[in-house]
Amino acid sequence: MSPKTLYDKIWDAHVAHEADDGTCLLYIDRHLVHEVTSPQAFEGLRMAGRSVRAPDKTIAVPDHNVPTTPGREDPKNMTEDSAIQVAALDKNAKDFGIHYYPVSDVRQGIVHIVGPEQGWTLPGMTVVCGDSHTATHGAFGALAHGIGTSEVEHVLATQTLIQKKSKNMKVEITGKLRPGVTAKDITLSVIGETGTAGGTGYVIEYCGEAIRDLSMEGRMTVCNMAIEGGARAGLIAPDEKTFEYVKGRPHAPKGAQWEAALNWWKTLYSDDDAHWDKVVTIKGEDIAPVVTWGTSPEDVLPITAEVPAAESFEGGKVGAAQRSLDYMGLTPGQKLSDIEIDTVFIGSCTNGRIEDLRAAAEILKGKKIAVKRAMVVPGSGLVRAQAEEEGLADIFKEAGFEWRLAGCSMCLAMNPDQLQPGERCAATSNRNFEGRQGRGGRTHLMSPAMAAAAAVTGKLTDVRDMM
Amino acid sequence: MDKFEKLTGIAAPMPLVNIDTDMIIPKQFLKTIKRSGLGVNLFDEMRYDDDGNEIPDFVLNKPQYREAEILVAGDNFGCGSSREHAPWALKDFGIRSVISTSFADIFFNNCFKNGILPIVLPREAVDVLMKDAEKGSNARMTVDLENQTVTSSDGETFSFEVDSFKKHCLMNGLDDIGLTMEKAAAIDSFEAQASQARPWV
Ligand code: SF4
Repeated sequence: MSPKTLYDKIWDAHVAHEADDGTCLLYIDRHLVHEVTSPQAFEGLRMAGRSVRAPDKTIAVPDHNVPTTPGREDPKNMTEDSAIQVAALDKNAKDFGIHYYPVSDVRQGIVHIVGPEQGWTLPGMTVVCGDSHTATHGAFGALAHGIGTSEVEHVLATQTLIQKKSKNMKVEITGKLRPGVTAKDITLSVIGETGTAGGTGYVIEYCGEAIRDLSMEGRMTVCNMAIEGGARAGLIAPDEKTFEYVKGRPHAPKGAQWEAALNWWKTLYSDDDAHWDKVVTIKGEDIAPVVTWGTSPEDVLPITAEVPAAESFEGGKVGAAQRSLDYMGLTPGQKLSDIEIDTVFIGSCTNGRIEDLRAAAEILKGKKIAVKRAMVVPGSGLVRAQAEEEGLADIFKEAGFEWRLAGCSMCLAMNPDQLQPGERCAATSNRNFEGRQGRGGRTHLMSPAMAAAAAVTGKLTDVRDMM
Repeated sequence: MDKFEKLTGIAAPMPLVNIDTDMIIPKQFLKTIKRSGLGVNLFDEMRYDDDGNEIPDFVLNKPQYREAEILVAGDNFGCGSSREHAPWALKDFGIRSVISTSFADIFFNNCFKNGILPIVLPREAVDVLMKDAEKGSNARMTVDLENQTVTSSDGETFSFEVDSFKKHCLMNGLDDIGLTMEKAAAIDSFEAQASQARPWV
């Protein structure tokens, strides 16, 4: 048998039909649904008189525009248009008989945090969601990617997706990370290296010692941002850590089925002599704590660097960099560590898990914030409960952080949590686009520890100085 | 879905690289449960000031581009989120084709589902077409899907590649779901076999 990559193996196990031109129907094992990209899809089903083919494989949770303040079970506490979307999801979940976690359920949270937490996401699966950060689930060795609303409707109706195979790209992070460097720094540094279109047409497999050393939480952070690198999906081969994480989760297999699953999961790795269409290698020890300075996730620099000049770029990027500098209100040559910030946001599907909250709390212990406002939005109700149990919530609150309920919140500012024009934010989320966190808002992306350090000093800060 | 065969129209130049889906349609307009009516908010934050007045410098606000049906754009157009609201907004405004050196994957797929043809061309070709688009409304470009060509107002022609299945669907306005349902037997038998092999799924 010819050698295969992990992506090849998962792909081959899910092709339900292949046409002569290579167009395939890929069978989908898990379909995650949220309130923003699904209403039109369910509407389409109704209009065509179609049903959901596999409701037991379909899981819905409202996350994008729910408020993260108490009392949100009452639709009166939402804007009217948000309440309509959430009510539509409630109704669609009920009408079509799919699994559902309403805001009143402690298990509610960001869809990409809920899926793994509940054991819906398992190695070797195909997972889709009408959301680009579905790539997160690749941390389990699942082929997971975002789809548009028409494709959501297609999966609801047929449990398949029309696909052509992508190319294979290997991103290897060798050796060990230095102290203060985290999964977020890895994933941002990869994008800094390859650009936001570097992965276009590929599925990336992340490997190497530094990746193996990461916890499952860290691996999810890395895969989460595969999409910012342009890739269709990011993957990490499952190993003992993966199996350990999955075991005992509510929807993970049990007993004899667990053994059978484990047997298959252990075959899910790229063969030694598998073919790669593109390979990128980065030394773990070369990665520093990084921040973004511009309005594209590829605008990444070590915190010790200075704001670049637009002319230092090439081609169309010169204009884009100038536009970024103007938008961000930055001057070339300015030290990144001199940039003052107003707001800190810790949360999102990139960094809203328990390990992220622990890392931030570690820096914040016994300290006070020096910014106008700071908020922690746990990725799920269960993360929130665990953080309370571990005493992290108290650390945040004593430092001056707002302690919120679970949701996407200021990651995309569809709920009331938004930046004001010109307000500058240290954020642990994944996108620094113009207006992403509120019209005119300025976003610097970084790790939870770096965001916590910034909260304490009021400036972008090298977390290593505080360790 | 609307058919796309051949189109001759005004092309608007947008040379900025990495035009993302938040620029194309900002999130405050994603709270709709419909597909229509998003055209007025296309490129909202670039197109209107804080008081909702048009910014005259923005390309689609200029008199010569208000009727544009084609966009010639910088690299990596449509990066960012999976929101299909982006092609819905483009379509609702009247854009039927976008030309660039590269597109983000999900956006690219979403276009085809909505009767919009995204065209990938080499940099030299995009540069020529960008210049052509800058000439304004007298310069009309032609996009011919059947022959897979784009022709500038000067008659310079560039060929592009397109996936044969996507082309077929777009030219005939076919509904994907209907096509897939014709293969229900294949899905049924795959499902039966997969539930034997991986019963835990
Ligand atoms: S947390 Fe942000 S990136 Fe993640 S699903 Fe929500 S909005 Fe998207």
